[in-house]
Amino acid sequence: MGTIWVYAEASGGKVASISLELLTRARELADTVEAVVGGDGEALAAELGAHGATTVHATGDLGDGLAGPAVASAMATAIEGGAAPDAVLFGTTYDGRDVAGRLSVKLGAPVITNVVELEQGDGSLVGTEPVFGGTVNVSTRFSGSGVGLFLVRPKSFAAEESGGGPAAVAALPVPDLGATGAARVVDRFAEEASGPKLDEAGIVVSGGRGLGEAEKYSMIEDLAKLLGGAAGASRAIVDAGWVPYSHQVGQTGKVVKPDVYVACGISGATQHMVGMKGSKNIIAINKDAEAPIFGIADLGVVGDVHKVVPKLIEALQARG
Amino acid sequence: MDIVVCVKQIPDPADPGELDPATNTLKRDMKLIMDESDSYGVEMALQLRDAAGEGEVTLVSMAPHEEVNGLRSALAMGADKAILVSDETLAGTDALGTARVLAAAIGRAQADLILAATESSDGYTGTVPEQVAELLGLPSVTFAKEIQAESGEVLVKRQTEAGYDEVRCPLPAVVSVTAGVVEPRYPSFKGIMAAKSKPMDQVGISDLGISADQVGWAGGGQEITDVSPAPEREAGEIITDEGDAHERIIALLEELRIV
Repeated sequence: MGTIWVYAEASGGKVASISLELLTRARELADTVEAVVGGDGEALAAELGAHGATTVHATGDLGDGLAGPAVASAMATAIEGGAAPDAVLFGTTYDGRDVAGRLSVKLGAPVITNVVELEQGDGSLVGTEPVFGGTVNVSTRFSGSGVGLFLVRPKSFAAEESGGGPAAVAALPVPDLGATGAARVVDRFAEEASGPKLDEAGIVVSGGRGLGEAEKYSMIEDLAKLLGGAAGASRAIVDAGWVPYSHQVGQTGKVVKPDVYVACGISGATQHMVGMKGSKNIIAINKDAEAPIFGIADLGVVGDVHKVVPKLIEALQARG
Repeated sequence: MDIVVCVKQIPDPADPGELDPATNTLKRDMKLIMDESDSYGVEMALQLRDAAGEGEVTLVSMAPHEEVNGLRSALAMGADKAILVSDETLAGTDALGTARVLAAAIGRAQADLILAATESSDGYTGTVPEQVAELLGLPSVTFAKEIQAESGEVLVKRQTEAGYDEVRCPLPAVVSVTAGVVEPRYPSFKGIMAAKSKPMDQVGISDLGISADQVGWAGGGQEITDVSPAPEREAGEIITDEGDAHERIIALLEELRIV
């Protein structure tokens, strides 16, 4: 395959791990891999180049505008002007979905979503998506001749350096966005300053409905902190408003693949399991011996989270 | 303030669906219910309408066989009316085709604000709200956790990787609402009774100026190359807590060199 573009996201001058994962997989599939950045390209050229991008197409600073309409318009204009990537890969992120959605309309091309595997098919890329809680894999490719758009789940591929030099920076001008570009970010708030990110943590401790009440979630956070991990949650307690959406692990939420996943008071709805069953080791604590989570746990404890977790916290604290 | 809420009617998640072996698309021939993800957008729309003291909440939905059950639930919560696009040709329509149909239907309603869930509970592509916005030529804010309406604009708290952004957006606009951010009300008995007589406008795709080749599976521009069972994960050791289960957990964490 000729050329793949990867929509690369960054924060604080560092490229997001999902973007590095996509670059790594893209260079196994394409002769040429190029990155597209909604922002300044110079600062990211070295890291993007080291993961296989030869060129970074950068819009320049977007100011207080949102990435979706700006990056999609810039990409569409470049594609209509002759730049013809065979495929564009996006991470399933807040901005990745926005850009992919807008671009899909501009190009009249569908998006293959929730992709966890990408392979070279007969002349075009094939994306594989898990359905029904990850029990069935469906592989899909585009039947048309246009650009293939794929939204890929984080942690589907490992990020590895290629040893490449810095990517060349090329300007990717943003055309006039009209009304579509009218939304303005007026302020930014950081909620979680401490601890590793949920989808990058080596250890994830998650809580579910079995906690009984919102206040009990603090013991999940305490245990996560003691283990140097991140705190996650099932959809049930996010929907109930106990914890913010950013903690949600599952099909609708974050996909995590830590070394150890500790599920506390989570029964194991398929929607949750699809987001964590790729974990290397799974420990589950639940009072219902019939809970589906025990079907995939390496160590299952049939017991009360309100007894087991505090004892675990106490024992870990005693070790110092 | 006139608000449109996109509502998807899906098979009951407690009763997982299956793929039609002929087309490899989701079967939707059972009774459908309102996607719980959409109840947050409906609730938010009702709160915004009531705070504004004027205007209507219009539901817009698309279904292949005249399903109204899920729409009745949202009308019972307090929405004023509904537009249902129902057409046999819609079966198997992908996200882009869905967005085309919804955008055309939204065009029939007067809307200052268009709300949708960030993603559905059955298809979870998460692209439709942004596609609708682009088709309508409107600005959008996705992953909203809070919406405040001010004169001619909305102030939205948008979920980000680090926390949230406060985004100011002029109306009309599309906003997608994250699940769990408001408490959807339960329909009252009065609401359920009233829902039965609220206006339900049923239209076909030809009424919207959309041709059959733009929708359905054939209109999607994709083909399925393989459907196969995913590898299963094996269950390991199961113990019953006798007051010392935490010791077994710590032993495993030691073995894995975590502690």
